[in-house]
Amino acid sequence: MHAASVLQSVLAPAGPQAAHIARLWWLMFWVATAVFVIVSAFVVGAIVWKRTEPRRDDVLRVAVTLGVAATVVTLFVLLVASVWTGRAVASLGASSTVTIELTGHQWWWEAVYDDGTPSQRFRTANELHIPVGRPVVLKVTSHDVIHSFWVPNLHGKRDLIPGYTTAIWLQADTPGIYRGQCAEFCGLQHARMALYVTAESNDAFERWRMNQRREAVQPTTDNARLGRDVFLRSTCTQCHTIRGTIAGGAMGPDLTHLATRGTIAAGTLPNTRGHLAGWILDSQSAKPGNQMPPNSLPAGDLQLLLTYLETLK
Amino acid sequence: MSLLDQEPADSGDEKVVPPLDPARTLPASLDVSAEKLEAVWAEKPGLFGWLSVVNHRDIGRRYIVTAFVFFFMAGLLALVMRIQLARPDNHFLGPDAYNQIFTMHGTVMMFLFAVPVMEAFGVYVVPLMVGARNIAFPRLNAFSYWMFLFGGIFVFVMFALNSGPDVGWFAYPPLSGPAYTPGKRADVWAQLITFTELAGLAVSVEIIVTVFKLRAPGMSLNRIPLFVWAQTITAFMVLLAMPAVMLASTALILDRLVGTHFFNPAEGGDPLLWQHLFWFFGHPEVYIIFIPATGIVSTIVSTFSRRPAFGYLALVLALVSTAFIGFGLWVHHMFATGLPQMGESFFTAASIMIAIPSGLQFFCWIATMWGGRVVLKLPMLWVLGFFIVFLVGGLTGVMLAAVPLDLQVHDTFFVVAHFHYVLIGGALFPLFGAVYYWFPKITGRMLGERLGQWNFWLFTLGFNLTFFPMHILGLEGMPRRVYTYQAETGWGDLNYLSTIGAGVLGVSVLVFLVNVIVSLRAGVLAGDNPWGAGTLEWATTSPPPNCNFVYPPTVAGVNPLWENPPDQPVVVGLRDDVRDVLVTYVLDAEPDHRTEFPEPTIWPFCTALATSALFIGSIFTPWAVVIGAVPLFVGLTGWFWPKEAGETGTQAWPIQHRTLPKPGEAPAGGPV
Repeated sequence: MHAASVLQSVLAPAGPQAAHIARLWWLMFWVATAVFVIVSAFVVGAIVWKRTEPRRDDVLRVAVTLGVAATVVTLFVLLVASVWTGRAVASLGASSTVTIELTGHQWWWEAVYDDGTPSQRFRTANELHIPVGRPVVLKVTSHDVIHSFWVPNLHGKRDLIPGYTTAIWLQADTPGIYRGQCAEFCGLQHARMALYVTAESNDAFERWRMNQRREAVQPTTDNARLGRDVFLRSTCTQCHTIRGTIAGGAMGPDLTHLATRGTIAAGTLPNTRGHLAGWILDSQSAKPGNQMPPNSLPAGDLQLLLTYLETLK
Repeated sequence: MSLLDQEPADSGDEKVVPPLDPARTLPASLDVSAEKLEAVWAEKPGLFGWLSVVNHRDIGRRYIVTAFVFFFMAGLLALVMRIQLARPDNHFLGPDAYNQIFTMHGTVMMFLFAVPVMEAFGVYVVPLMVGARNIAFPRLNAFSYWMFLFGGIFVFVMFALNSGPDVGWFAYPPLSGPAYTPGKRADVWAQLITFTELAGLAVSVEIIVTVFKLRAPGMSLNRIPLFVWAQTITAFMVLLAMPAVMLASTALILDRLVGTHFFNPAEGGDPLLWQHLFWFFGHPEVYIIFIPATGIVSTIVSTFSRRPAFGYLALVLALVSTAFIGFGLWVHHMFATGLPQMGESFFTAASIMIAIPSGLQFFCWIATMWGGRVVLKLPMLWVLGFFIVFLVGGLTGVMLAAVPLDLQVHDTFFVVAHFHYVLIGGALFPLFGAVYYWFPKITGRMLGERLGQWNFWLFTLGFNLTFFPMHILGLEGMPRRVYTYQAETGWGDLNYLSTIGAGVLGVSVLVFLVNVIVSLRAGVLAGDNPWGAGTLEWATTSPPPNCNFVYPPTVAGVNPLWENPPDQPVVVGLRDDVRDVLVTYVLDAEPDHRTEFPEPTIWPFCTALATSALFIGSIFTPWAVVIGAVPLFVGLTGWFWPKEAGETGTQAWPIQHRTLPKPGEAPAGGPV
């Protein structure tokens, strides 16, 4: 997941929305460049062009009038381009969509994949999977303060505002893992509130979705079973859910399929055994201010717990 | 037009020969005694006198210096932020310190520097430009300065106590509400707003009344200097915009202090209400900063093109329409909240439309230069920097007006780049121009040429190095207000470049500071009118005498020193034993009556102390409002205590215009 170059750019669109906007960007960029060159030339010309006789006011009046007229025409063209792009971005075929309810928390993302059948709904965190070529509807809101969802390769932003639920459409046409990051200042760890969107083939997506719907796998080794007991005995269950166990807390991310995720702490650390151990013992050093308290576990218990968490595929 | 044919002086190292000043070539006395006038308009001596000052020059100078001190401090905070962001995963600052620092940087730059410093130049220059002896409501002016100063001290003291605001200069609830920002940090922010808005509103009232009622006879509306127009239009914008944010910040304090729920969604409040109120102020705020700067640009371009500004009427109407449209685009700060597309389109159209008056002004300035003979002195250099830098900011502004593009770059470093190009390009470049331009008038000495050149070129280099890469960072996905970023994002190199640029900017500002200090002591004497400029502030000595003008001038054009005939009359018939001023009519500035202006007094200072105690106390307990009202009442009572009967009053007075005699001639008499 932590590739050398992360896909997080407005200028590398991977879906129709981002592509429309990128085209608008390039139009604006070239128009702005042209205007900059022309106006700068007139400014510089006024200084370096030695004239014996200053321009007469009636000549200047014509020049200024032409300048204003050109400005009005240019701005009108840009206005039309903007409104046209806005319409194109907003309209998307509504057939066979995936609906995701995305809720912002200080400082992580909670995602519920909606389904007509309530039992087929499931909850996950910080990493979304979407099928390539199918429209996705995100219904966004916030649990606490205002956050903003933004995956630049796919679409522009949408604020997550407590008390409001709004919908945003997007679609990926190119498979890939796209990084996004909260774009509305939301407090202490605004900087460490990333999310990843994996765009994959429809088959891969459906496999992932089937797996995510399941309850957590039952541990098959003794160590994993002991590790589960450590989890269930400790305060972990106050905040975290592992479906299929008695752990049903809702303060923190759902851990049912933790091992399928590439990162922990909303994109802060790679999801490796070592980082996970450090996070459990002292999450405050990696992400000061986050809601997870430090845990003092005996070394043996910690290893058992990690073994269990690694089985949560 | 003899003054126009003359070259403006170098700000540098040669002796300047002051041009002839009509007011001083006068025979020692016509009707009044200059010595008596000086004594009547003098301030009291000593510390007590220093606290009692009511003349606009001293207060304006204090306002300018104080605002620049806040600018240096907020600039240092920016440097600290740039050091933190220079490398990925840097540990120079933690999130808590960073959030306080970026909030302080934005808040101080906007509320304690950009708006006040523009007003400060208005306080100093506007009365001189309209030929008045003081600003209207001098005691309110003193009160305004003290409130501004106390507000600034308050916020920096709280910052030093680790209670500086940390919710951004926009303080969006619910983050700034009681649930998510316990402690006093958000209260400090909200109360600082109250301080600075009170000061700003007071100055606006003074500027408007000064311009409407204290203009020199003959300065009809169509002869008001462009800088004065800009200040007047800004003052009206302040009157209309600032109440919105005062209302919002008061509601926020009430939410936090007494448990109202204006912005709490769980109790029927609405966090979006805050955004509407804040940006209804916040967007006009940009123009409150920018419009005075356009006044500076018009003034400097005209002076250094050696001709009146081209398109006077167009320039004034462009400002008026900018002010109107400026109130109709606040929603473009809220495109990402998910408003209906049709509604957003109107705000897109308005946001794009405001580029038309800006473009018109640009073309008029360029036409002025083409139609004149450009002399490249330091103030003009800063204005040229303004043209190029602000142009970039204006063009990215048009991009941000387009909803779809805004959704991508909103709240990213692209926007950080954009508004620094707009605010530094659009306001700070002209402001430095203004400092180089009016420093001789204010201090009597020129700012040094060589250090001035270093200041300008380092600033331009450092600025572009710092902020241009941020455009690219934003497009690469870097959001604003992050205290750090991870190495794999690939944002490290451009951030490093930007930090180097910030260092260069810091050096440039240091050079400026040195230049000011050196020039204050050893600068070349300026004379009355070193630039050969056309407006009235150059018709008196540098620095001006206590009464500004021994003989209040009358004018026959927008640039009286260029356009007045040699036998232009002056105002006589004002008393020289009291602080007499001439009040004129709004439209044509015909003399109306004379009135007496107040003496220096300690009461505005005392009242400001009482008000500050009330404001600061109220963030700890609502009872402070009740108890604090008592000293405030005492202060206001002292301030407004009537003088003995017969001594004061507004009276009709036989105002006359009288032509000044040429040297050696007998004074000519009679009204004109």
